[in-house]
Parts: sequence; structure tokens; C-alpha cells
Amino acid sequence: MRGLRQQGFRFAGGCALGVFGIVACVGFVGLPVKVRAQQAASNAPALPDYSKAEVHILPVQGNIYMLVGAGGNITVQAGNDGVLLVDTGVAPMSEKVLAAIRSISSKPIRFIVTTHIHPDHTGGNEAIAKAGLTIAGGNVVGDIGASASNQAQVIAFQSVLDRMSSATGPQAIPQAAWPTETYTTPKRKMFFNGDGIEIIHIPAAHTDGDSMVFFRRSDVISTGDIFVTNRYPLIDLQRGGNIQGEIAGLNKIIEIAIPEALGGNDVLQEGGTMVIPGHGRLCDVADVVFYQEMVTIIRDRIQDMINKGMTLEQVKAAKPTRDYDPRYGTTSGIWTTDMFVEAVYKSLTAKPQATGGN
Amino acid sequence: MGGTTPGKLLGISGLLIFLTALPGRAVAQAPPGWAGASGEDPSGSWTPRFDEDWEERIPGPEIGDYLGLPINAAARLRGDAWDAALVELQHNQCRQHASDYGWRGPSNLSIWQEVDRATQRVIAYHTHLSAYGAEQTIWMDGRPHPPDYALHTWAGFSTGEWEGDQLVITTTHLKENWIRRNGIPRSDMATARVHLMKHGNYLTVAVIVYDPVYLTEPFLRTTDFVYSPQAQMAPWPCEPAEEVDRPAGQVPSHLGANPFLDEFPAKYGIPPEATRGGAETMYPEYQLKMKGMKLLPKPAKVVPNR
Repeated sequence: MRGLRQQGFRFAGGCALGVFGIVACVGFVGLPVKVRAQQAASNAPALPDYSKAEVHILPVQGNIYMLVGAGGNITVQAGNDGVLLVDTGVAPMSEKVLAAIRSISSKPIRFIVTTHIHPDHTGGNEAIAKAGLTIAGGNVVGDIGASASNQAQVIAFQSVLDRMSSATGPQAIPQAAWPTETYTTPKRKMFFNGDGIEIIHIPAAHTDGDSMVFFRRSDVISTGDIFVTNRYPLIDLQRGGNIQGEIAGLNKIIEIAIPEALGGNDVLQEGGTMVIPGHGRLCDVADVVFYQEMVTIIRDRIQDMINKGMTLEQVKAAKPTRDYDPRYGTTSGIWTTDMFVEAVYKSLTAKPQATGGN
Repeated sequence: MGGTTPGKLLGISGLLIFLTALPGRAVAQAPPGWAGASGEDPSGSWTPRFDEDWEERIPGPEIGDYLGLPINAAARLRGDAWDAALVELQHNQCRQHASDYGWRGPSNLSIWQEVDRATQRVIAYHTHLSAYGAEQTIWMDGRPHPPDYALHTWAGFSTGEWEGDQLVITTTHLKENWIRRNGIPRSDMATARVHLMKHGNYLTVAVIVYDPVYLTEPFLRTTDFVYSPQAQMAPWPCEPAEEVDRPAGQVPSHLGANPFLDEFPAKYGIPPEATRGGAETMYPEYQLKMKGMKLLPKPAKVVPNR
């Protein structure tokens, strides 16, 4: 099977039927641009009717809520200081997302943390950021004018901005959706609504611009697409993803999360830190452990096959995922089992890139 | 149903057919929430009958014993690849059993009512198993199950209703767990129907698991308890610790063929083919099919050096 790049795949805000039976955009359809254009011209498969889609609100714990149904899951932290979001869902659902946020808090939306570039997580950036505000004054407003305060800040890892701003043609992303604040360090910290918040970069995982957000007081981790419950992890090789980083990200969640204790020990091995995945249901660390074990075992199997000299086609034929396929696999849609196996294989066989230096 | 001997298959099959047919049976329905209206209140303290399925429940099942399990090929491979060292990992050491399996543990059982003070209506039953201190709430007030995107737990979300003299519990939102404690999985998409049947001083718990991911047919297993008003409910302290020094993130598994799969059929003189499980191994006629299957040579007895 040819790679995504070879087939001319583009991220295009495509849509699919969500795992919960509601229509939801899932980020990209994986269709070649030419095919998409042809479909548009020939009234081929119509985009989902978002007028019928609903955004559901699930209180998590502390002052954290999970919004489901607008593409990727959205995390809402609300308090006296205002509203902070992790991701914004797909563009067509922005109004409904805003309505859901308004039913939680009337305070201004001040921060949006973007976990990665895909449009099922950033599609609402433009509309939702515009509905927010940044508290600014003095020299800031004096120097750069009202635009300093007329929208929420959008925070992301640097490579998200790099990729958004360099996209051209049909893939061009409006400047109003780009991050306004970026970071390049392993972690960015902030304090908002009485909560210490860690924005943690996981290098080369789902993409090369992944962030997870850990709300320390509420004890909630919002993982972006490093952790999902409805499919194998999507490794976007074209945008710097890699299976090793993916597993490192899952291990990081397990390292941070602490399950609820009984009598001072984590006897129950559940509850405690809540984990909001990029897609799928609310989880805790025990769910992440099952997923990490699955991904690691499959990685190890494919590595073992590579060590034995097997080609990609031979590895695919050996079906290294077949015990997990009834739960996570699919032969159609945006991320098939074949694509996952190929991404793992290519991650493990890629030659290390030369690093910079004198 | 750890008694995986073919002789037990007939009785279990009969019970399975009876219980899985129950929802369609015409029974006098008690008003929801009124305990004991049509069945005996199961509240009280109970101790397990350990002589029932001892080998599976206490020492633990043999590697590769899938007899009598209606599993698909994917579940079989999960079992084959399972390495017991997985339980050594710190985050797995104190992991409790999910509520559909917890009855099998070395546990005393306590059941009590939660009653609305004004109406004296039973809102819920609660269960506590001494193993892992596992608790389950069975809502009797007709409340709906949570949406699909809500948290899954070891206990799951349970509602109960009386069907004749049985308290029938429906549990959704379960975390992944196992069907048999040798790596045969039960997915987090499964639903469990539990029938509590009190007869005199005995309580039979029949669990039927419906798993669209790993089972090809519903799986039924019964566990019996004896009324024991003086049963002690001991605490279950469990503090995970790093037991084996291994690289962070390592997940033990058999990458290739599991070298231990032949031990169980050789030890018990069961055809290896039969130990692979599958729905047909639940039914009595499978005994006829087994007659034509090859056996492995019995392992030589190891005499310890003196």
C-alpha cells in the first residue's frame, strides 16, 4: 500500500459517523484532493448534516467539563477567571460548541490550547477565539492596537503554527485560526481559575506538535489524539508522527495519573485522575494502561518481524493486530488497520534524521 | 465454570438455555424498587463455596485452558500472547476484578439495601466483596444508564429488576477485564446480566456475559454462596511496588508461539484442539467430537532429588 503522501492525501476537515452514533468530523477524510474536488462536483457523498448533530456536556471533576460530538473531544475549564478550552472541534459545530460553553459559564473565553493541527481539533479556533477576549492593556494595546484583546489567546506548540502558516492552496488555514502564543520547551505552565496547568509537549507522537494538558488541581489530563478509545492511534507520519513518540505519550499519561486510593493505597486502580481522550469516552488511568499495553505489544510484534527481515507486505499479511482488531480495527474510513500497521512499520524502519550541529 | 471437564458441560448448557430465555418468559413483575415483592431479599452476609471450581478460582487456571469458553480467534490469540509477568507491572498489581468476574474471587460477600427514608422504597442494593474491597451499586429506581461517552469502571453501571423470584442485574460501562484469569479477555463493550437466585441458605449468582468483541455466544457461569451471618469482612490492603527491574514502559507478552500451551492438554489428557475453546466446546455433543482427537503424551513425573 502506498503511503499517505504518495497518494496525495491531504487533511481536509473530512467527516465520518462518530463512535456514538452522532455525525462528527474526524479531522480528515484521507481523500486525495483531486477526488474530493470530483466528489464536490458530482454531488458524491454529501458532508454530514451538522444541523442535526448535538454537542453533549459531561461534567468530569473539579471545574472541568468534556464536550462530545463536535469532532474531537473538547475540554472546558471554567471559573471566576474565565473559560479555558482544550481544542475547539470542527468548524461547522462552532456555534453549538459556543452555546454549550455558554450553558456552563458566562465568563469570557480567554484561552484555547490546541493539542495538534488536525481540523477536528482546530476547526473552531477562528470562530471561538473571536468570541473570546484577552485581557490586555498598557503598552500591549498601545503598541499593537485593539487586536491584542479582541480574541482569546490560542496556545500551541511551535510546529503547529509552522504547519498552519505554511499550508497553501486548498489546505490553507485562515490566519485567525492560527495559534497566537507558541512554546518550544518540553512544558509550558500557567495558572488559571485556581488551577495549576501544565501544557506538556510530547515529541513526534500523533504529530510533531502534540500537547497534552494537565489540570493539577482538578486532576484531569486532556490528551489530544495521543490517546483515543475508538481506534488504533493515528500516526500522522507526514506531520512528524511516530509510534515511539506515541508510546512515550501514553507512558507519560500513566506516569502523571494517580488512581483513586482506598486506605491510602491505589488499591482500586481506577478513578482519581480523569483522562479526556482526543476521541471516545471519558477514561481513567486503567483505561490508558489497557491501551498502552495494546499499542506496545503491537509495536513489539512488528519490531520482532522487522528483526526477522520481514517486508511491510509480509508484516501486513501476518496480521500482527488481529487479536485487537475486533475492538480497534477497521478496513474502511480514515484510519484503517492497514494504515496503522504501515505507520508502525515505517516508524520503526525510518533512518534517524541527522540532527543539527556544527 | 472453571470445571472445564466435559462432564460439566451438559448442566451448564441447560442452565444457559434456561437463563438466556428468561427475558422472554412471562413472569409477574414486582413494582420496581420493592425488594422482596416477588423474590427473597438477598441482603446479608455470604461466604463462597470454594470447593466449586477450586482449581480455576484459587490456584488459578492453567495457561492455554480455554475449554468451554465461547471465544473467537481474537480472544484466543490474546490468551496465547498473554504473559503472566503482566500482572507484575506496578499498575496491574492491585487491579481489581470487574463486577462480572469479582464473584469468583476469594471473597466474602455482603449485600445490603439502600432505602428511601420517606417511602421505604428500595433505591439500590449494594454489594461488597472482600477481595479488593470491590463494591457495586445496583440501582432499583429505574434510572437510565449513562451515555456511551461516560466513564467505564470495574463495577460498571448496574440496574436491577425482579423477574419472578430472581433479582436480575444489567451492567454496562464495564472496564476491560478477563473471562478467564489466563489472559482470555472480556472487552469494555460487553454487557453483563446477573441473576441472583436465593434458595434457602444458598445464593446462586449466574453471570451471563455478552461481548460483541471477543465472544461468539453469551457466556454463562454460576458461583454459589452460603448464608453466613458471622462472616468476617476483612480489609484488602494492597500496595503496589516495583517487583522486577525492567525498562519503563515494557509490556511482557509472547511475541511468537507460546511455549507453555501444550502443558495443560498433556497434564490432563485432553486433546490440544479441545483446549482451544470456542462455542462448540460448551455443548455436550462436543464430547463425541473429542473422541476422534489426538492426545499429547503425558509428561513424565518429576521425582524430586532427595
